[in-house]
Amino acid sequence: MLTDISRAWLDSALRDAADRTPVWEERFVTAGRHCGPADADEARTLLLRAAGAEPDTLTRLYHHGTAAERRAVLLALPALVTGPETVPLVEDALRTHDTTLIAAALGPYAATHLPPHAWRHGLLKCLFTGVPVTAVAGLAERAAGDTELARMLADHAAERTAAGRPVPAGLSRVLALTAPAEES
Amino acid sequence: MRIFDPHIHMTSRTTDDYRAMYDAGVRALVEPSFWLGQPRTSPASFLDYFDALLGWEPFRAAQYGIAHHCALALNPKEANDPRCAPVLDALPRYLAKDGVVAVGEIGYDSLTPAEDTALAAQLQLAADHGLPALVHTPHRDKLTGLRRTIDVVRESALTPDRVLLDHLNETTVKEAADSGAWLGFSVYPDTKMDEDRTVAILKEYGTGRVLVNSAADWGNSDPLKTRAVAEAMLAAGFTDDDVDQVLWRNPVAFYGLSGRLHLGVAAPADLHEGNSVRRGGE
Repeated sequence: MLTDISRAWLDSALRDAADRTPVWEERFVTAGRHCGPADADEARTLLLRAAGAEPDTLTRLYHHGTAAERRAVLLALPALVTGPETVPLVEDALRTHDTTLIAAALGPYAATHLPPHAWRHGLLKCLFTGVPVTAVAGLAERAAGDTELARMLADHAAERTAAGRPVPAGLSRVLALTAPAEES
Repeated sequence: MRIFDPHIHMTSRTTDDYRAMYDAGVRALVEPSFWLGQPRTSPASFLDYFDALLGWEPFRAAQYGIAHHCALALNPKEANDPRCAPVLDALPRYLAKDGVVAVGEIGYDSLTPAEDTALAAQLQLAADHGLPALVHTPHRDKLTGLRRTIDVVRESALTPDRVLLDHLNETTVKEAADSGAWLGFSVYPDTKMDEDRTVAILKEYGTGRVLVNSAADWGNSDPLKTRAVAEAMLAAGFTDDDVDQVLWRNPVAFYGLSGRLHLGVAAPADLHEGNSVRRGGE
């Protein structure tokens, strides 16, 4: 919940972003301490949308960003980018072990643009690192009929079982979703 | 007992250390940037390190219920390598970040002209960014280095009450105290200070401006030395409130000068939700 001071700061920053004044990117960087950690993701995402940030700007802000700034860029992608230009940012986030970045990377933008191999590994990484599969956008649509994903999930379950370890809770749910869609 | 370690290099430590620190009462820390043992050869190497101190390391700390902030700088030793010095040009972009609560470690290593330049430039950067400065005092020729450090601080735009002089000992504490700066003591198993000598200094100089740290890194060091000092203080007759001042309130006051401290980190996830986030490290 934003305080009045935070709200006033954000309103002013959103005007800077909408007008593309030179300070707007600094507002994006410092939003965490002005709005508080709990509201920082939303504040930064709003700033990116107000600025209508293009792929080049998003890419630069991501690479110059802290983990929190990178997360905000990932969360803003579906609203701002219509093509595959920023898929490398999603791939970068999926190479990390920061579960907040992994979850943010697998939003609606990845559901639309991430190639099948990378998407499957992203999903498997969620199961490995404990990111709830409910955080993955477009899960049912992308999983449907994906026999390669089904094989990977079954192999992962077998490996866990062989080691005497529990199978991640979301695995059977995703496996069920890989069943081919009903022929109409 | 709540403990804030104001100087520790967690990049060099294991997850077992995080767990042990949490169990000992550590709830917050500051990781200043420093050298890594193996010398760096380019600014890009620093940038990846800074990114880790603003990304992976706070994430790792939060999993163990510890708030992680950092201090960023070109360290004194590598300030002498002309291949590394250009990282100073990239520092302003990093000093704006939310997790940065100081410029540091800056200061002297071998007391060279290049170190003079880097120290003065970075004290100015601290003033420009509204940040305090963590200043390392040298291990060789220490008293000379301390005096030169105090002179450079005096000539800078930063007032002494925004400076923490670190790695002090019996030979340097008096002049450091007279300078008006905060006083930092690094407690090590064999070198620097030990618990009992630190307590003796606290008896003489009081608890008002003293910070105690483990400075634990890749060398022979111990991330639980903050707790050991707290125990030694209590055994010597200091009160719980004295301990809280030295091991919590003083670091909070010093790094709070940045206006960027956020100390609310949730308890470790698997303690309250059965969450398996930590498996990311398996």
